[in-house]
Order: sequence, then C-alpha cells, then structure tokens
Amino acid sequence: MAKMIPVPSNSIIPERDLDKKPILETCHLGIDFGGLTAVDDFTLTVGRTEIAGLIGPNGAGKTTVFNLLTNVYQPTRGTIMLDGVSTAKKTVAQVSRMGIARTFQNIRLFSNMSVIDNVKVGLHNSIDQSLFSAITHCFGYRKSEKKSREEALELLDFFSMADWADFQAGSLPYGAQRRLEIVRALATHPGIILLDEPAAGMNPSETAELMDNIRKIRDTFHIAVMLIEHDMNLVMNICEGICVLDHGKVIAKGTPDEIKTNPKVIEAYLGKKKEA
Amino acid sequence: MSKIGNKIKNLNKFTLTNIKAYSIVIIAFIILFPLNSRGMISNSMSGLLVPICTYIVMAISLNLTVGFLGELSLGHAGFMSVGAFVGVIAASCFQDIIVSDVLRLIVSIIFGGFFAGIAGFIIGIPVLRLRGDYLAIVTLAFGEIIKNIINCLYVGIDAAGLHMGMTSIEALGMTNGRIIINGPQGAVGITKLSSFTAGVILILFTLFVVLNLVNSKTGRAVTAIRDNAIAAESVGIGITRYKLTAFIVSAVLAGMAGALYAMNFSSIVAKKFDFNTSILILVFVVLGGMGNIVGSIIATAVLYILPELLREFSDYRMLIYAIVLILVMLITNSEKTKQIKEQILLKLSRNKNKQRQEE
Ligand SMILES: Nc1ncnc2c1ncn2[C@@H]1O[C@H](COP(=O)(O)OP(=O)(O)OP(=O)(O)O)[C@@H](O)[C@H]1O
Ligand SMILES: [Mg+2]
Repeated sequence: MAKMIPVPSNSIIPERDLDKKPILETCHLGIDFGGLTAVDDFTLTVGRTEIAGLIGPNGAGKTTVFNLLTNVYQPTRGTIMLDGVSTAKKTVAQVSRMGIARTFQNIRLFSNMSVIDNVKVGLHNSIDQSLFSAITHCFGYRKSEKKSREEALELLDFFSMADWADFQAGSLPYGAQRRLEIVRALATHPGIILLDEPAAGMNPSETAELMDNIRKIRDTFHIAVMLIEHDMNLVMNICEGICVLDHGKVIAKGTPDEIKTNPKVIEAYLGKKKEA
Repeated sequence: MSKIGNKIKNLNKFTLTNIKAYSIVIIAFIILFPLNSRGMISNSMSGLLVPICTYIVMAISLNLTVGFLGELSLGHAGFMSVGAFVGVIAASCFQDIIVSDVLRLIVSIIFGGFFAGIAGFIIGIPVLRLRGDYLAIVTLAFGEIIKNIINCLYVGIDAAGLHMGMTSIEALGMTNGRIIINGPQGAVGITKLSSFTAGVILILFTLFVVLNLVNSKTGRAVTAIRDNAIAAESVGIGITRYKLTAFIVSAVLAGMAGALYAMNFSSIVAKKFDFNTSILILVFVVLGGMGNIVGSIIATAVLYILPELLREFSDYRMLIYAIVLILVMLITNSEKTKQIKEQILLKLSRNKNKQRQEE
C-alpha cells in the first residue's frame, strides 16, 4: 500500500512513516546572537509518529533549536516546514495553531490558576465560545464550557491527574507540574510535541513513569515527540532516532545503538561527562 | 492523596465569590434604600450614595485591567471623564426626543461607555502590542490630555443641532441654544437623572460582566497572559487581542460609571477626573486586593465614606485616614492574615464535621 516516496536523506530513521509526509522538516537552519553562532546548519526530518531525541552537552544549542522551531526566535538562515507548510513570518501563537506544542526547560505554568484551567487554556483554540457568550454566560456558553471541562478532565485522567483538577497549579509537587505542562501542551491538539528536559529533577520512579507516558502519548494520539534530555538511560530507551548537537552543529544522527558507538559523540558528549 | 490535598490549595470557590459579591451589593441596597428614602440618612451621606456606586464600578473595572490582565493603568479617570462628558452631551441631545428620564439615563450611559471604549481601543492598539510598562505611561498621559482638551471644549445645542468648538461659546454661532459644555466651567445645566437605584443596578451590571468574563474562555486567556505570557503564546493565544479585549471592557465600564457620576450633579468640571482620581481608584483596587472583586467593593465603600465620617475629628482626619489605609493593606494583603484566615476556616469546617458525626 505504501506509496513510493523517496526516502528523505535527513531522516534520523528513514524506515518509519514512509507512506506519509514528515511532520517536521528543517533545512540548514541557523541563528546568530550578535557574533555568537548558537545553531548552524541544522537539517532534520521527524516522521509523523516518531520519538526523536535531541542531545548534547550544556550550551550546545538544544533549547535554541526548540525556540527556533516554535518561532520564539527568527532564524538567521534556513527554513522550517511544519506538516509541509513553511512557518516563516508566523507568530508564536500562529505556529502553535499549525500543530506544534512544547514544554519549557524551566517550568512555565499558569501557576495562580487551577490545574484544570491550565489545561483549558491549552484547549483555547478548540473551544467555540464568542466574547458575547463569554460575557452573558448564555448562547452556547454552558455547552462549550461543559465540553471543554470534559475534554480537560479526560486529558488529566489520562495522566492520572484528574483528582487534582481544582488545585492551584503552582502548589503541585514538582513532578506533577512537569506532567501538567505536558498535558497542557497536548491539549492544543499538536502534530508534534517538543519536550525540553522533561525528566529534569525527577526521581527514578517518576522518570520510569514519564517514559511510559511518552510512549503512551505517541501510541494514543499518534503524534511525533521530540525531546531534549540529559538522562541517557531515558533517551536510549525510548528514542527511535537521536540527533546529537555540539557547539550548535549536528555531529551525529542515528538510532540509539549507532549513537552509543559513534566515536565523535563519545568524544564530545560522553567523554566530557566522564571528566565531570 | 488526602495528605497532599491538605497542602495543595483548592481553588474551586468561584461560585462562592460570585454569590458573595452580588449579595453584598444587594443587601447594602436593601438596608440603605428605605433609610435613604425616609430621610434617615444625613444629607451629606445621602449625597455620597451615587458617587460611592460609581467609584465601586470604577474599582471593579480597573481591577479587570490591573488584577486580571496584570497591566498598570494610571489614567482610569480619563475614561470616566470621556464617559461623563459624552453622557452629558447625549442626555442633552435626547432631552426632547426621549421623554422618560430612566430611558434617557440608560441611553446616555450607553453612549458614555461606547465612546470610552473607543478611547480605550485607540490607546490600547499601539500600546498593548509592546511588552513592558508602557501602558502606565500612556494612560497617565491620556488622563491629562483628556482633561486639558475638555477644559477648552465648548459644546452647545440649538434647533440646527449640536455645535462644537475649542475657542469660545460665542464662536459656536448658536441662535438662542443651550450651552452643554462651557470650557473651563465644564458641563453646566445638567439635568439630574442619576439615582441610588441606578447606581446599584450599574454595579450589578458591572459585576455581571466582569465575573462572567473572568470565568470564560476569554477570562482564562487574560489570566494566563498575566501569569505567563510566553506560555500563553506557546499554546496559541494571541496576546494583543486578549489584552485589548480586557482593556476595552474595562474602559467601557469606566465610561458608564462616568456618565452616571456626571448626571448626579448640576455641573461638573474636567478637573474632577485628574491624576489624583486615577490614583484614588488604584488605591481602592490595591487595598481591596488584586483580582479580588469583593475586596474592591468593600475597600471602595469604606475608604470613600471614611473621610466623611471623620469630619468630626477635623484636625486628625488625614492622620486617621492614613492609619486605616495601612491597616486595610495589612489585613487584606499580608501572608500572616491569610494564614490566620485559613486556620479559622479549617477549624470551622472541622467543627461542622464533628457536629455532623455527632448527629
Ligand atoms: N537570546 C539569546 N541571546 C544570546 N545568546 C543566547 C540566547 N539564547 C541562547 N543563547 C546562547 O546560545 C547557546 C546555546 O544555548 P541553549 O540554551 O540553546 O543551550 P542548551 O543546549 O539548551 O543547554 P542546556 O543543556 O544547558 O539547557 C548558549 O551559549 C547561550 O548563551
Ligand atoms: Mg536547554
């Protein structure tokens, strides 16, 4: 059944999702901050239901790549195609509506709002409610609120957080805050979700749960996941394709096994880690 | 779960706040209305009823900008001013067309709100795109500019229609018409249309709009922007659009309050709505608590009446006023009192549980 589409050579794992267009393609992406080239020649393709890892030493430019993909930074060079559409000259909000969602390295929740309201804000663009019905609480207000509440609870339940729905987001334990950020991102109905160090600050049991959850996200929502992570165990376990960044440049791409044995990676990354 | 449940704040109290806000206003009305109509309130106090109502509306609407949107506005009285003078002009224009006083008041208030909304739109469009405290500076300037424009505005009406000018009444070239706004003397010959009842209804309307808005898709977007603009943008919320919406709603309500206020007097000058008035309203909001609507109502009522009550102490008036300000601030905003309040609530609920078990 699979259509014969030439395998994109940039793909980390070319054998996945052959019958579909990739969800994300970047081409020679680069950005300079003044004299500093933070990211250079970043070319990558992520398949529709791929779990991809982006690793590299501190300051390699990983978060900067996420900021480029979500248009927080305008690239100095190169292009980004999201689901076949260029994201050039779009605002951050517009790019989000095009199907890319993210979490942040340092958690950015709406900490004074309730857990469920955080998720409802994520659902924002799928809630059909005019300003008039918002002010009058009539004309479809009840229906749209009920629908968004149900969907938000369903999403929270999926990550076993429904019991916390009415608690203040900022008062949740750390691990739960990270999870809530993922739920909020998923609520935007993305085609790809970017996770910036989702396991940071988590204990081993929380990390194991996170790994299950990431697989569950892909298998249930059929979306791509791209994650930045320093926990090598997690990355090697769940990522199907890995891209290694050092000093803003891609130094290796491949499957976990290929990356583990790549001498360049060992030198740039694992070697450095041993030193530390 | 239960252990964590005790530590984590439960926020499911939105309906309770709503009920509290509405009932405070309605109960106050039920008590004060008969007293006022039977002349059991002193003249000076009775004269304060409509102004208190307008200032409560001002505080609630400013709380939408400052408390929920998280933007500082230093020119809220400017919108009140626009509403007041547009309202007076509208009431004057419709004097012969709309016979019913109540209807004329409603139409004037709507006009006042509408034009204040336009002013909010014109200010908001360029400023709310920017990040940072630009709004504070621009609204501050707006308040002063509006004051100065109205100070040299001459408006009159005659058989030919409305006349406007910036030089003098004579320059309008009216033939035995009526003067509505006479430059530095402000609006003159206003027919008193406002009443305590109208004021309370406007408060209820404001509560309806603000409380509903806060608990809606738009309100959540606005609060999300305040809490974390970067995150709000990342989930696809257009920041400028929602900031503008909240700001305009706030301006419209202020304009309506202005119209009501102006039509409580026979004449009114633009100087009434200067920087000091803006700051006074901001003080009400800050002392009542950011984002706390019930707090805004109580703080406004108490702090507006207080100087009047303290008249007997003439010399110490401002001293006592300052002390009360500090006390209110300590009581409403400090962590300690919040803790004490929570402990009391916890004890109360425990007692209730005990009673239930005993039953
Ligand atoms: N807005 C900015 N202005 C100037 N320099 C920046 C900016 N953002 C990032 N950089 C620089 O770009 C480089 C890459 O930073 P980035 O945050 O992407 O690293 P990272 O790989 O995410 O590191 P970590 O693992 O510590 O999170 C750093 O040298 C940083 O100082
Ligand atoms: Mg980073």
